[in-house]
Amino acid sequence: MVQVNLWSGLRRLADGNQVVAVEARSLREMLDALLRQHPGLEPVIRAGVSISVDGVIVPDLNAPVTEASEIYLLQRIKGG
Amino acid sequence: MAKDDTGVRYKLIGTRPDRPDGLDKVTGRARYGADISAPGMLHAAVVRSPHAHARIRGIDASKALALDGVKAVVTRADLPTGLTGEDWNLQENTLAGEVALYDGHAVAAVAATSKLIAQEAARLIQVDYEVLPHVTDVDAAMQPGAPAIRPGAADYSVPEGMHPNVVKQIDFGHGDVDAGFAAADLVREHTYKTEATHQGYIEPHACLGQLGADGRGEMWVCTQGQWYIRRMCAAVLGIEAANLRVTPSEIGGGFGGKTTIFMEPLALALSKKAGGRPVKLVMSRAEVLRATGPTASASMDVKLGMTRDGRVTAGSVRFRMQGGPYIGSSPVGEALSCAFACYDIPAVHHLGYEVLANRPKAAAYRAPGSPMAAFAVESLLDEMCRELGLDPIDTRLKNAAREGTKASYGPTYNRIGFVESLEATKAHPNLKAPLGPNQGRGVASGFWFNHGGETSVSLAVGEDGTATVSVGTPDIGGSRASIGLMTAETLGIPYENVRVNIVETGALGVNEPTHGSRATFASGLAAVEAARQAIATMCRRAAAEWGIDPEAVEWRDGAAHPAGPNAGKFPPLSIAEIGAKMGSTGGPISGHHEVTAGGYGASFGVHVVDVEVDPETGRTTILRYLVVQDAGRAIHPAYVEGQYQGGAAQGIGWALNEEYVYGADGRLQNPVFLDYRVPVASDLPMIDTVIVEVPNPGHPYGVRGVGETGITPPLPAVANAIAAATGARLRSLPMSPPKVLAAIKAGRG
Repeated sequence: MVQVNLWSGLRRLADGNQVVAVEARSLREMLDALLRQHPGLEPVIRAGVSISVDGVIVPDLNAPVTEASEIYLLQRIKGG
Repeated sequence: MAKDDTGVRYKLIGTRPDRPDGLDKVTGRARYGADISAPGMLHAAVVRSPHAHARIRGIDASKALALDGVKAVVTRADLPTGLTGEDWNLQENTLAGEVALYDGHAVAAVAATSKLIAQEAARLIQVDYEVLPHVTDVDAAMQPGAPAIRPGAADYSVPEGMHPNVVKQIDFGHGDVDAGFAAADLVREHTYKTEATHQGYIEPHACLGQLGADGRGEMWVCTQGQWYIRRMCAAVLGIEAANLRVTPSEIGGGFGGKTTIFMEPLALALSKKAGGRPVKLVMSRAEVLRATGPTASASMDVKLGMTRDGRVTAGSVRFRMQGGPYIGSSPVGEALSCAFACYDIPAVHHLGYEVLANRPKAAAYRAPGSPMAAFAVESLLDEMCRELGLDPIDTRLKNAAREGTKASYGPTYNRIGFVESLEATKAHPNLKAPLGPNQGRGVASGFWFNHGGETSVSLAVGEDGTATVSVGTPDIGGSRASIGLMTAETLGIPYENVRVNIVETGALGVNEPTHGSRATFASGLAAVEAARQAIATMCRRAAAEWGIDPEAVEWRDGAAHPAGPNAGKFPPLSIAEIGAKMGSTGGPISGHHEVTAGGYGASFGVHVVDVEVDPETGRTTILRYLVVQDAGRAIHPAYVEGQYQGGAAQGIGWALNEEYVYGADGRLQNPVFLDYRVPVASDLPMIDTVIVEVPNPGHPYGVRGVGETGITPPLPAVANAIAAATGARLRSLPMSPPKVLAAIKAGRG
């Protein structure tokens, strides 16, 4: 199981949870599993999120994840 | 000669060759957005709302169309319908639909055979407005009774009961802040406000657009991101992206303000309506300030708890920001994430709101949100250090985020250079400069995430062994030189033998704009990979010529060599020799790399400023300014220093003078540089810089972006220095002479 950390504002869309455990081997599988478990997160994912894995933003949905990975969903950030 | 922490010495990385655009820029040869003409060209002018908020009841262009020389008029009725989300926002901002949302909002555009005729025609277009109540202040826009600018625009995040102008709520944190505050010896809480400012680039927006009846077009435009311009124009106009070729001009500053569209689709729409004639559109300075993308204004509450010896036990922030009348334009999320990013605080809570207002659509401005957050947090931290008699740098060292620290926004940091930057600051001679009467010193730190993003680069070897690199990131801070240096270093050839060109949308895969301090990092990383591919090809060509295995060939000093004595005795084959025969040895030699780059590293900075405040006028003079910042690896140190100094200069202007002044009628009162006061050369001393290098493991040469962090510490550093010089603490920007004087007088009692 992979532990996904959500930001606290998403708690009410994830049945009060800030950390959600899902079965996944890649970031794509992780997002799909999150949405199956908590369909209320759909507008958030659709608006675009950045995903941090072990402290580094990983843009590739094919990237692997394991149960030891530290995963955070973050707001999209770009810059000027 | 640069040296990294593994002892590797570079030949070119870290040197300071002449910039490739220098001669063009000082002789006037460089071609900017407005420096282009085409046969049959028309000139455009834009009709803009003189009201902050008004219903558009009708537009009558008959008198304009009757004017000799006028070839086309466009209004929103000429644009397709059915857009949603940010595409709708962009279309609405390009030309108002039913409602004009801010002073300067475009309502119609006209193309004519000369600029003067176009401007006359614009004056003849009659717009029937029904003026509506407006609101421009972020706090006022949230109050009951404030005019609702677009009911129903709020997203899923906003709880019931908030004013319809509140369109987004963000909430995140970790730890128990109540326990943290209870454990503190000192808890303080204050509100800080910043005003909207403009990026202030010297070059106004300008473009030449041509669009035919067949839906195919071209555009020449000053931009930070030609693929973004292409995609946005295509969406707004309802054409296919591949049918629009966008070529970036040389650019006279962007800082984030040129990563999006404002008037570009107008040139294309006018061109199509005028039978496909090219249309040139150049904004005036007043149009730039009124109707492009300034940054947000902010109202911020901060609370910090600290032990007597300077350990921060808890922090909480509540930010309110307006970025104009559309959801998603203000950087409130970024601001919250930056607020405590420099520190290792066990308990933090962040709450933020995006609020609509009748102001222009905000665009990114250099580390969007971070300067405002730093102003609030670094000011309060300074107030508390003074109250407890603590040294500002030692206190920051005590609380500094390091590798392994859980960031305030969630993930764990890997290799970062904040501690190294603080230590380098502490050791600097500026800290020992004596201070006289009415003088004071301020210290502050700052942070930016940096960015990777979609990147596509091609490299081609020439018949003479020189190399051409095609990149998609416009050069706003020296990236051509730094990419040239990295490519030359990788190939082992002279810097002068590499030419870096910024190409149009038809020549490469999609590239994200030059924003997020990503160009040197991402285009550089891709150029290095492309060079490595070309090297692999050249080694195979040498191996074929020598009749040996390609694994037995190595590349060194710009040539293929047999690797080791068993490979055979062959003289090296230089890149020029291989290039000269490439046509008959397998074909053209190039390398390509496409990636959505990850692995970028954050950049932390520390600023120290000495000021003198005139007690009779409130005027602040900057005596001494030091920027210390982690660059990871400075590929071309002069450019890195330039970024540090430029960020500081913009921050000083924001801190002391710059603000958008709105009248009671909601109109911008100061839309030209005479009244919107940016620092000029005579306002500032030479800004001292120290480049700290803690290499980023995610880049082949250790590069971290540097362009943005430099604007984040100046706002609080200057506020802290003014407090030290006068005893008066200002918590709202800008700290202009009348406000400083009033604060000094209030302090005197």
